[in-house]
Amino acid sequence: MINHKVDVTVIGAGPAGLTAAVSASEYGAKNILVIDRNSWIGGILPQCIHDGFGVEETGRSMTGPEYVDMYIDMAKKKNIDILTETMVLKFNRNLNIIAVNKDGLHNISTKSIVLAMGCREKTRWNALIPGDRPSGIYTAGVAQSFINLYNIMPGRNVIILGSGDVGLIMARRLKFEGVNVLGVVEILPYASGLPRNVVQCLDDYDIPLFLNHTITYIKGKERLESVTIAQIDEKMNIVLGSEKEIKCDTLLLSLGLIPENELSKDVGITVDNITGGPIVNQNLETSLSGVFACGNCLQVYDTVDSLSIDAKHAGKNAAKYIKKKGNSKLKVVPGKGIRYIIPQVITAPGKIRFTLRVEKPKLTTSCIHFIINSRQIFKKKLPYINPANMIEINVDVTQDLLKSNKNLEVVLSE
Amino acid sequence: MKKFHVAIIGGGVIGSSIAWNLSKYKLDVVVFEMGSDIASGASKANSGVIHSGINSPPSSLKARFCVEGNKMFQMLANKLDFSLKWVGKYVIAKNEEEIKELEHLKKVGRKNKVPNLEIIEGKVLKKREPNISCFAGLWVPTAGIILPYEFTIALAENAAINDVKFFLETKVIGLKKQKNSFLIKTNKGNSSAELVINAAGINCKKIVNMLEEPNFNIFPCRGEYLVLDKNYCNLVNSMIYPVPQKDLGVLGVHLTPTVEGNILIGPSAEFIDDPYDKRTTKEMMDILFYEAKEILPNLPEKAVINAYSGIRCKLASSKEGGWADYRIEESKKTPGFINLLGIESPGLTAAPAIANEVTKMISKSVELKTKTDFKIRSRKKRFSQMNPKEQSDLIKKDKRWGRIICRCEHATEAEVINAFSNPLKAQTLSAAKYRCRAGMGRCQGGFCTQHIVRILEKQFQIDIKKIKLRSTNSHLFYGRTRETKK
Repeated sequence: MINHKVDVTVIGAGPAGLTAAVSASEYGAKNILVIDRNSWIGGILPQCIHDGFGVEETGRSMTGPEYVDMYIDMAKKKNIDILTETMVLKFNRNLNIIAVNKDGLHNISTKSIVLAMGCREKTRWNALIPGDRPSGIYTAGVAQSFINLYNIMPGRNVIILGSGDVGLIMARRLKFEGVNVLGVVEILPYASGLPRNVVQCLDDYDIPLFLNHTITYIKGKERLESVTIAQIDEKMNIVLGSEKEIKCDTLLLSLGLIPENELSKDVGITVDNITGGPIVNQNLETSLSGVFACGNCLQVYDTVDSLSIDAKHAGKNAAKYIKKKGNSKLKVVPGKGIRYIIPQVITAPGKIRFTLRVEKPKLTTSCIHFIINSRQIFKKKLPYINPANMIEINVDVTQDLLKSNKNLEVVLSE
Repeated sequence: MKKFHVAIIGGGVIGSSIAWNLSKYKLDVVVFEMGSDIASGASKANSGVIHSGINSPPSSLKARFCVEGNKMFQMLANKLDFSLKWVGKYVIAKNEEEIKELEHLKKVGRKNKVPNLEIIEGKVLKKREPNISCFAGLWVPTAGIILPYEFTIALAENAAINDVKFFLETKVIGLKKQKNSFLIKTNKGNSSAELVINAAGINCKKIVNMLEEPNFNIFPCRGEYLVLDKNYCNLVNSMIYPVPQKDLGVLGVHLTPTVEGNILIGPSAEFIDDPYDKRTTKEMMDILFYEAKEILPNLPEKAVINAYSGIRCKLASSKEGGWADYRIEESKKTPGFINLLGIESPGLTAAPAIANEVTKMISKSVELKTKTDFKIRSRKKRFSQMNPKEQSDLIKKDKRWGRIICRCEHATEAEVINAFSNPLKAQTLSAAKYRCRAGMGRCQGGFCTQHIVRILEKQFQIDIKKIKLRSTNSHLFYGRTRETKK
């Protein structure tokens, strides 16, 4: 067993982990260790060769590899240790981490932990798509890694299920490489990815988007031969007679992402059923004292820019972490029209940054209200709302409000 | 042309059991398997249950071989080093009416000499299985679980290192009786053998047809399954079965814990025309989930990580009640041609006993001389099952034990390479999956596929266009995104 003693351990060297590590260093943590299971640093970003990263954060539009290089440079300057090709197997409630790599088993004793494990893609079976089980079915991110990292082409005639951002980006990427992209199929009446990606990835390249449609059958005993798509009515039932068989050799799935929290669950950290990430307070601290969460293992973000804001916050608090427990707390509850809100708990007063998503898109003005004990403490008007766009709101939570020990309810009105 | 003493058609659990038995003797034995790996049909896609013998009518071959096979499994697990757990099963009665069925099963079980059967009250059962509500249950302690593919692979690989020849992706396309032997035509050339054993499962009628007029029919009956995430392994401790569905000759949708901690829901039973139609259907997935929820009300919606189906080889149609006994016989018209027909559930349990029976039949025409140099299969424990000291020691010897390839199942680079270095030369993604579990977890290959593909490309020098998922033509890639100049 190789022993380490560190102040802050960050699990995951993607954009969130790197940002958190740099931030922890800026706030005085001396001995920081970042661990990642891949052989490279940067998580998913090195395969995201399209641009659009960092616009809000730096005013400059970068590709994934460029954006992550920025943070790798910062981490190097701050002499942050990074162990790659190293898998964290588990950690316990005393913050002892067991990890493994080619040098052997590592026992890491740490004062605080930042969880930045990222997320995984939903598979065919999360959506229970029936039919045969041929080759040629890939999640969009896996296909992206083959094409962009390994120079391997997984398909020639491709259909994409799900209009998440990865799916939209892949539609355009495949088109660039001369692949026949037959369309993007989306079960909802609107695209689930960012509106700008619908325009820039599909509309600009005449790739059809089949809204209110889904795949009802996958055919192919060996390699994929065709999929059957069908229209869906308002009650999510298949419209009879609308089935259409589309010949294709490849199906990409962009069905959404699941925060990776196997480590968190193993150690008993409470996870929110809606976000799939740990329940956190305003410091992004989880239910286990000294363990903070950020990045896509906390919630699935739309852009790396807003992810970084929270990751910095988590890194800062991991550095400042001192064991003391507040008695008062506010429980933050998503009310009418709100799908989820983070943080779910507040234990100290101050300006709190909330990130939330609404349940349905609407093109007219809406208002979000923050209510404690039927008293409104804050409201914000929005010209339009869309679940694809994460909403970010800063609200002052005073000591008095905190002391009330009531629920802080967040609701949507017209 | 290669000459063999015995040719086995079909590398399922039956063919592999026979091959393993014969590998102990000084014989030239060959197995022809049309799939890219052994256990690629029903042997892979079943519940993995070692049945006790309470479900087959006394004096049937099914009952006899099931009970005999059941008794052999602990010895086999020790010799072949595969996982086996005697978790036992409950057949549950939902109401007072169904208790009669439990009593009937108990009576049949007694006649078949199944030990320690006990009918217990719902309240008592609830203490042992807190998530199950029922009126009463029949406790069957001698039922166990294995991974059916792991068992079949263990048999075949041990047979292979003892000189049984396995030809994968090799389809028998013609058989001809010659003077003292059979001419066997395949898509990869001809061979001859003194004895031919038809262990072709769902294709057994096609094989018979190559030599004589078949006097039976095959009725394919599809069974679909759902696989649950390991996170939910605590939902049940033992297998939970409803009382059997009499009309279809099947046991009904049940919950089976696996030795790995996943839970299986299934199988359905649906008679179909195309014996290769292994689809899963929306209707059946809904029914499976619904029926499982009847047994296990706490079953979470998001727990499913995979679905698959297998095809039962039935000798009786649904109109005939779906039940027929096994046929294990040497053809009267064509001596030397041994047929194993209609081997469906409890075929996995029965396989070792059937193999013994077939070995006896073979001994009548071929002399069986025991080998003195029979090699025992040694299997390394999986990385995830080792203690930290074992893990550290191995990594010191070979660094590749320290690189995790599959994040969900914690399979290492060394394990993936060992899996692809199998003596059968099966090198599909599934071959690795069934040998070291890489790709079998909740992300279904999202993380490891790229790393496994790199290992096949770099370590085994396989052209990316020839990398396959499961079967002969299930290629994964079309080549390079862009060709580069060297």
